Formats: sequence, structure tokens, C-alpha cells
Amino acid sequence: MSAKAGTRTSADRLARLLNLVPYLLARPGIEIAEAAGDLGVTERQLREDLELLWVCGLPGYGPGDLIDMAFDGDRVTITYDAGIDRPLRLTPDEALALVVALRMLAETPGVANREAVERALAKIEDAGGDLVAAPVEVRLPGDARRVEQLRAAVEGGRALRITYYTWARDETTERVIDPLRMLMSDSRAYVEAWCRRAEAVRLFRADRIDAVTELDEPAMVPPQARPQDLSEGVFRPSPDLPLITLRIGRGERWITEYYPCERVESDGEQWVVWLRVTDLGWARRFVLGLGSEVTVLAPAELAEQVRDSAVAALEAYATPVLPGADPAAAVPRQ
Amino acid sequence: MAVGVGTSARVHVWGGSAASVYGVSRSRTERLVNLVICLLSTRRFLTAAQIAATVPGYEHDPDDAREHEAFQRKFERDKAELRDLGVPLETGTASAFDTEPGYRIARREYALPEIPLKPDEAAAVGIAARLWQHAGLAAAASSGLAKLRAAGVDVDPHATLGLEPMVNVDPAFAPLAAAARDRREVRFDYRVPDRDAPDHRRLQPWGVVCWRGRWYVVGHDLDRDATRCFRLSRVVGPVRAAGTAGAYQPPVGVDLISHVARWSGPTEHAGRATVLVTPGRAAGLRRVAVEVTCGPEADRLVLPYTDVDLLASHLVGYGPEVRVLDPPEVRDAVIQRLKEIAVRHDSLAVGQLSARSELASPAAAGRRAGSVSARSELASPAVANGRSAR
Repeated sequence: MSAKAGTRTSADRLARLLNLVPYLLARPGIEIAEAAGDLGVTERQLREDLELLWVCGLPGYGPGDLIDMAFDGDRVTITYDAGIDRPLRLTPDEALALVVALRMLAETPGVANREAVERALAKIEDAGGDLVAAPVEVRLPGDARRVEQLRAAVEGGRALRITYYTWARDETTERVIDPLRMLMSDSRAYVEAWCRRAEAVRLFRADRIDAVTELDEPAMVPPQARPQDLSEGVFRPSPDLPLITLRIGRGERWITEYYPCERVESDGEQWVVWLRVTDLGWARRFVLGLGSEVTVLAPAELAEQVRDSAVAALEAYATPVLPGADPAAAVPRQ
Repeated sequence: MAVGVGTSARVHVWGGSAASVYGVSRSRTERLVNLVICLLSTRRFLTAAQIAATVPGYEHDPDDAREHEAFQRKFERDKAELRDLGVPLETGTASAFDTEPGYRIARREYALPEIPLKPDEAAAVGIAARLWQHAGLAAAASSGLAKLRAAGVDVDPHATLGLEPMVNVDPAFAPLAAAARDRREVRFDYRVPDRDAPDHRRLQPWGVVCWRGRWYVVGHDLDRDATRCFRLSRVVGPVRAAGTAGAYQPPVGVDLISHVARWSGPTEHAGRATVLVTPGRAAGLRRVAVEVTCGPEADRLVLPYTDVDLLASHLVGYGPEVRVLDPPEVRDAVIQRLKEIAVRHDSLAVGQLSARSELASPAAAGRRAGSVSARSELASPAVANGRSAR
């Protein structure tokens, strides 16, 4: 253990000990196992903490000065607190962490019981005084009505039929899903559900669900379906997805900020980037959309698709729009 | 005041487990707890010598220079640790006759005030603390929550609000938020992807903003002498605070969000473009169209847009499935992009494209020109570079 880590552990333990007395004071007769679970420590750690506190107290350090506690089986009650009857006030970082997260929650479109969140925020801000005059503002724009409606549908506990736009394949499909939960990542709302069409757990972006119908049958999530671990982000490129290699100009370097790149190499003015894509059709639209300063280096198949698409589109522009091709212009002849 | 009587008796009852699972000195933690209790219990300021004579663990011979120096170092370290923890250590003298500073902890400053949270409010705080689970101030959030619980607040660990954001911040978040709170100037390196090297910036931060899931800092840029927004993900390396706290005042009533919203681009969609799309294709455009007219050969869509280039790049993505009719500037931008892309990727079959060069101007469309090589007309040095290497 490094010296620094040692200091940290000692500071953490001191913080925990100063908290422990008021915590137990507020819960006379609590089971040690319950308290340990609540405080996120093992029973052994908690018993060691209690041993240590038991030899601490007011100057004099006689029997009436030391912190005292009574044990009844597996339960403990503080009988003398030696003056540490309240926890330490919040540090600026603690106040910031709670206030920012509460503001985030209050700003989340479609969140349930927003009113309770706002009341809690006001009370924490009030208790923190100057500390929480945190100069942090949060705005998460979103279609609150749509999210609200989806949340109600998810909470209804029924299977849902949705019309969903799949960006990767540029298609709109109907599918039946059994919802697991709703979540929000990077300011976007998602429904996580068992998809009966894909027979797998999928994330559906709320703003791409174009219609939703609650079915009569209850949601039946198969036992093997588990929410995904999204701590690393919503899109986790897996190694079995196609890898594409692009040479990009200065103006397209933003790609590296928006898409998880496996590798980025600087080749002077030009950069070469490696990306995993869910679908080559998506990659074709992506590359075409990026414009003139991007060249596909691999795979050759993608380079061909990009070129063929561009050539075919140019050929169409080279031909005048035939009468009747434009439905709005196709007026019946007199 | 007697020193340390009774202590050993109790240790013996518990078997005297001086070695703890933490591998750190148990006696140090014990000394610090006793120091806090001692300083909380006193109204008078206690000098270091008085503390040494009172709190177990500081025993030494004040007349022995080496022992005294060791005590002073120990006491300095302990004070620093208490301050790091947020313990408000007050310094002062007990009376006008005292020259040596003394210490005490004001209970009012030490104790967390009562926070009368109702169960649903407590649940909301518990959920909020959980949002940090994977990032940033996670440790601060959970120690903050631990203090609320120690104050008697019961938090339902299973509560949910139906939809919970995952809070993710960049490493620059905590130092910038703290500097903005303290009104303290900061310096940092900032990398914009289209520049080769990071810039050094000096900023008086006014506040940190989360806008559309990304974090920004807004403030007065001292080198540009103007208001600027910086994206936190582009800050490279540490954020260093400089100068004193309270060095400046942000403008009264400054609206941080609107600075970022303005900076991150317009969101009005006032323009209208008309396109033909292949039946059954281009689902992404159909979803955003304000008007759809279906025909046997093609469907006609009216699309709202803000920026010609943004719309053009979006439409080019659909290749031959989409044909722009109007306005001419969108049509021209699409054709120009298609040509450049085709040239960039034509190394497989250069000849196929040679006849398309007439498309350079819309007026020439429909006329077949000769065999001017598209490569000769469009190849810019950048394009040539792009193709020659690797």
C-alpha cells in the first residue's frame, strides 16, 4: 500500500467513525448486520470500529467520559456519545455531488415525482448554505410528453407494440417488446426491453419510438434477460463488428469526439481512424454524409459501395426529372 | 486533567487488537477521534501544549527538543487531516494575555444542520447519490449520503423514479466547479480537434453547465478578453487554480445556459427543402418530413432545415435514394459533395466517372460533354495526397 493510499484509508476511517456514533444514536438497538449493510462495511469492520470508539471519549477518559454502548445479542445501542451526537457538515464536494445529481434528476424529462426531487433539492441547498451555491446548471432538453407517456407505458407492466426507427439500417419496423426499465444516458432517454423480434435485450431510444401501443398481455421478460451494464456508455463496440478505416481531413477530426474510435493515427494534416460499426449500410451513409475530405481505406467493399452510391446519385442528377416522377408535379393533363 | 487512564483497561477487555484490518495505525485514528471530541468539548481555545497534556497519543517530554519537534510534526499532520476532512478547526487565543495560539471546534460549525427530509425526499436524495455510481464525484456523493443517514435520515435503497439519468462528468468538472464557486482564476490546456496542438487558456470561470448531455465551462477568457465556453471533454491535463479566491465577480444575473446554447448552434428549422425519394426507402427522412406526397415512381417530401451544408451532408448519405428538387443551393451542395466523394473513391474505376464532369454547373446538366477526366478537374492537392498515401 502506498503512503498516499494509507492516508486515504485512515481519513476514510476517521470520517466513518465520526459518522458512526450519530448513526447508531439515531437507531437504538439496530442489528449490527443491518448497520454494516447500511454503511457498506463488513460486520468485522463495524465491530472493529466499535472497539475503537469504545476507548475514545472526553478528557479524563474515565468510565463516565468514554463513549459507551450496550449490546443485546446482535444489537447495539449507544448509551453515551461523548459529544459527537451529530454528523460533520457536508464538505463542498459532497454538497456539490448531491446538488448536481438532484438538479440532473429534476431536469430529467418525464421523471416521476419531480416535485419530491425539487423539495429535496431545496432542503439540501438550504442546509448547505453557501457551499451549495454551486455554479452548476443543468438543462436536458427532451420531449417530456413522449418520455412521460413511455414511462407510464413501461410502468403499466404490459407488453408494448412499438414503431421503431432503426438508424443503423435506416428502416422503421413494428416490434413487440417486454420493457425492463427506462434510463437516461448523455441526455437521451431509452427504454431497455426484451425485444421479441431480436430475441434479445435491446435499448430503444425514446426519440426514435414513433408510436407505442399497450397490449392486453403482461410484459413477460424471459428469466435470462438482464439489464445491460451501461457504465461504459450505451454503444460498446464489440470486436465481432465490422472495422472500418478512414482517412479524414482536419475538418472531420470531430469524428473522434463523437464516435468511439479504436485507433487514431496522425499522418500529418490527415488522420487515419479505425471504427467499429454495427452495419456497413450505416457506414456507407455515414461516410457519404461526411463529405469530401474522407476516404475509405478499408474494407474495399465499403469503398466500392460509397463510390457506386455517389456515381448512381450523380447519374440521376444528370437526367432531367421525368414528367410523372414528381407526384406533386404530376397534374392530370386536360 | 488525567491522561489516558481507563483506556488500557478497556483495550484489554476487547483483547487489545492493535493490528487492524486497515493496516494503518489504529492509535492514530484513535488519537484523532479523541482530538475531535476534546476540541468539541472545550469552549476555551486550547494551546498545543494543553492538548498534548490532555489527548492520549501526544505524550512527550516538552523539554526534550527532539521529542518536542516530533510532537509538533505529528500535531501539524493531524490538524491537516482534520481540515481535509472538513472539520472546522478554529484558531484563537484564550485571553488577551495569551501569546500562543489555541484551538477549538465550534459545535455550530461542525454539526450538520437538521435536514427534515420526508421519505419521498430522502428517497430522491438516495437516488441522486446513486447516479454518480460510475463517475466523477461518486465518493463525495456517497460520503454525503452517509452523513445524511447519520443524521437519522432513512433512505429507501429500492426507490426508483421510473427514469434515472446516469451522471457522467469529465475529470475537469470538479476543479472547474470548485474554482467557479470560489471565484478563482484557472489555467488549463485545451485541445480543439481541428488544431494540432492544445492551446493554453486562462479563464475566470463563472459556472459549469450541462447542455444536451455534454459539460461546458462558461467564463471570461483573460487572453481573448471576452466571454467564452469550453467543452470539458477537450480540457487536456490538470486544471490549475491561480491567484486568490474571490478575485472577480461574474456578471449579475448571468444566464450560463443561454451562453452555451447560443454557442452550440441554432436549433430553429426555418428552411424548407423539397426532395424526391425512392418509395419504401429513406425512412429517416420520412420521419422528419413536414409533408409527404406519395407517387408511383417516387415520393415527394418537404424537409425542414437550418443549415444548407448540414442538410446536404445528411441527404448525400442516402445516395441515389434521394434527389433534391429545391432549393438550388441545397441541390448544388449535394451534387458538389457527390462529385468529390466519387472522385476520392474512384481509384477502382476511374474511367466510369470521366463523363460526369459536366455536372460542375447545374446549367450544364443534361448536356453530354466530352471525356474530360473528373480527376483532372476536381483533384485538389488534398485529394491527391489522400489517395497517394497507403
